[in-house]
Amino acid sequence: MSHQDFRDLDVLVLGGGNAALCAAITAREQGASVLMLECSPKCFRGGNSRHTRNMALAHEAHIVPYTGSYPEEEFWNDYLRVTGGEGNQQLARMVIHESPNCLDWARNHGVRFQPSLTGTLHLGRTNAFFLGGGKALINAYYASAERLGVQILYEAEAIDLDIVDGVFRNATVRMAGGEQAKIAAKTLITASGGFQSDLEWMRKAWGDAVDNFLIRGTPYDKGLVLKALLDRGAESVADPTQGHMVPIDARSPKFDGGIVTRVDCVTLGIMVNKNGERYYDEGEDRWPKRYAIWGRMIAKQPDQISYAFIDSKVFDRFMPSRYPAITGNTIGEVARQFNLPVEKVEAVVAEFNRAVQPGTFNHAILDDCKTAGLTPPKTHWAQRLDTPPFYGYPLRTGVTFTYFGVKVNAKSAVLMKTGKPAENIFATGEIMAGNILPRGYVGGFGLTIGNVFGRIAGNEAAMAVREGRGALKEMAYAAK
Amino acid sequence: MQQSELMREGEHMMTVCNACRYCEGFCAVWPAMEFRRKFAEGDLTYLANLCHNCSECYYACQYAPPHEWEVNPPQTFAKIRAQSYEQYAWPKPLASAFRANALVVSLAVALMLVIFLFGATQALGGKSLATAIPRGDFYKITSHETLVLAFGAAGLFATLALLIGLVRFWRGTGEQVSDLTNLPALATAIKDVLALKYLDDSGWGCAYPSEKSSQSRRWFHHFTFYGFLLCFAATTLGAIYYYGFGWKGPYGYFSLPVVLGTLGGIGLLIGPSRLYFLKLGRNREITDEKQCGMDVAFLVMLLLTSASGLLLLVLRETAAMSSLLVIHLGVVMALFLTLPYGKFVHGVYRCAALLKYALERARKQTLGV
Repeated sequence: MSHQDFRDLDVLVLGGGNAALCAAITAREQGASVLMLECSPKCFRGGNSRHTRNMALAHEAHIVPYTGSYPEEEFWNDYLRVTGGEGNQQLARMVIHESPNCLDWARNHGVRFQPSLTGTLHLGRTNAFFLGGGKALINAYYASAERLGVQILYEAEAIDLDIVDGVFRNATVRMAGGEQAKIAAKTLITASGGFQSDLEWMRKAWGDAVDNFLIRGTPYDKGLVLKALLDRGAESVADPTQGHMVPIDARSPKFDGGIVTRVDCVTLGIMVNKNGERYYDEGEDRWPKRYAIWGRMIAKQPDQISYAFIDSKVFDRFMPSRYPAITGNTIGEVARQFNLPVEKVEAVVAEFNRAVQPGTFNHAILDDCKTAGLTPPKTHWAQRLDTPPFYGYPLRTGVTFTYFGVKVNAKSAVLMKTGKPAENIFATGEIMAGNILPRGYVGGFGLTIGNVFGRIAGNEAAMAVREGRGALKEMAYAAK
Repeated sequence: MQQSELMREGEHMMTVCNACRYCEGFCAVWPAMEFRRKFAEGDLTYLANLCHNCSECYYACQYAPPHEWEVNPPQTFAKIRAQSYEQYAWPKPLASAFRANALVVSLAVALMLVIFLFGATQALGGKSLATAIPRGDFYKITSHETLVLAFGAAGLFATLALLIGLVRFWRGTGEQVSDLTNLPALATAIKDVLALKYLDDSGWGCAYPSEKSSQSRRWFHHFTFYGFLLCFAATTLGAIYYYGFGWKGPYGYFSLPVVLGTLGGIGLLIGPSRLYFLKLGRNREITDEKQCGMDVAFLVMLLLTSASGLLLLVLRETAAMSSLLVIHLGVVMALFLTLPYGKFVHGVYRCAALLKYALERARKQTLGV
């Protein structure tokens, strides 16, 4: 395959997940010729979308598959709360306002929905769950894209971009066979995700702590396109240390472990570091907040590891996980298997047990079970660890995706350091989600951003082609 | 050793699946899985037989091969099903017939053809088999009594073997025999079976033979299943005619038993032949290749039964009648005798698994879970 096959290409889409597909499909439906390059092999296509399962969408009243309404204002407030007001509020408002239309758009492109999954009932009102999860979603989109005539290449990785004065000309692409080709197009849509699987880039942000991180997202987000855009003058957004980081089982594979690696028991017991010390209020808040904070906190503990301890009273109260719990008839027996200082852990648990106050346990609300006179306290769901057998899980920081990306405007055009938008370069998905979510996490919001900005990017690219903007003027296969 | 390795594979898979649960909207297997936290052999046998092999989950799976966890429910469940067929077969020595099923079925057909051919030549007293017999009266070849005796005995044996297998399977999944007759659960299970609910997937169909969802497997299974039932009804009605009313066959082309049998026969021509071609187009990465012979043998037996039966009906007044009768009876007898040791048992265990699923759901509701 050479670039000769793609003469007169209108839209080149880099990436192969939810955002890329929404953009490619939309541009094609507007009549543009579209080529999509997915750097992974077909079996692992879809980037992090492969691991997702739902989309956060505002909606009224009782629309299937939801269990209740989720007004736009409530969504907006949830957004403000997790980001603490950081982030481009104009873009966020656009996405939230447009989000109700994502459901029908997805359905019209073959996606099936279902009621929320068991064990995630708290999301049943706010999020629409894909039947079969994210891989089923992208399978439906790929089928739709193929039907429409979007050309798709797998194992085709863009390694450099030719951009002059904010005008994209061509991309240097490493093809499946290893050969390189230059592919020119009138417009470019970048939807290639963040950089979490480039460990050396991660090391620049986190130092050697990264050696103890697990990348539970796709191994194919190496940030090559992001780096090329930044090198060619695009403005960056968000902090490279920011991303979705959750506590996951330390026994998980280095990459691609996905959803089953999460261990959801932190709020039900206590958490200690490798010195056997507690270091934060395990009962501070519920999902998703606790989920999103613990990954970062473990990253700051010695050797980036922690251990959750629970007893048999609560063992059935969280979703089962991929790896079995470490069990013992005493706390010490479990601690010994982790090579923790046994006496220290026993003392910490004894002290914790003494501090637990009477209360009525209810994991569904912020209940009144708390400790008194303990530092740090446990402010909810505090119950004594007193019923053997005892269980423990080793936990490490699991990075799902990063927020560091390129700055865009409301038309999804990439903003250059000059302050001007690029004429024919657009971005959607994780590569630009940091504009809206520079930190924090709202479950399923990434897919919403990818969908809304994907459709915007697809429309804008098709419009740029029609108007003869950007590279069209000098479209001369300069790079042959 | 082989066995525990397979069970380990099943347990690993279910542990990953139960932590993920993205598939729970597809079919009954996933809610049934979620009732559990541990997956012992009985659980895996139950879940494997609850699986209709629709493959939707495989294509939606983020952990499917080549992911290092190699989650492949259609294939793993198929292997566990095959093992359970053998494990619960009665009498035990015949269980190995599952392993070389196509060979066993072929030998059974050959043997039965020889026996019926011998009987026919005896009955004809040395006359050529190609002698036309007035009115197509096949009782001139084999007497009614012989037929009833031979097929009654074979039918009883097959039924007994299947029933014992059913009870063993039922106990193996941890259920009480008395619950086999739980009426509300039975009603739910029968409805699910008659509609093939879990091949329907709310109207989308299933990922069979390829990734694209389709209703074709469900429809052609319906042709096969209802075709089989119609043939069964025709035979039963024939017996009622004979013993209840003293009406002796062969019955006219527009008599009820013949009409039912003809419709059933047509169903058994269309269904199995189409299912065979669907099977050919199947993604080999998710099948258990070892079972291919057994699956095809059963389809071929159904096809031979219907084709020989319909030909016999059409040509019963010609010189071909005696030969066709020998072929038809030989094939049907071989089919009967091999029913408990071939693909047919999937229906028995699938029904039992669906019944157990209906029971489990009812129990959860009573508990208010």
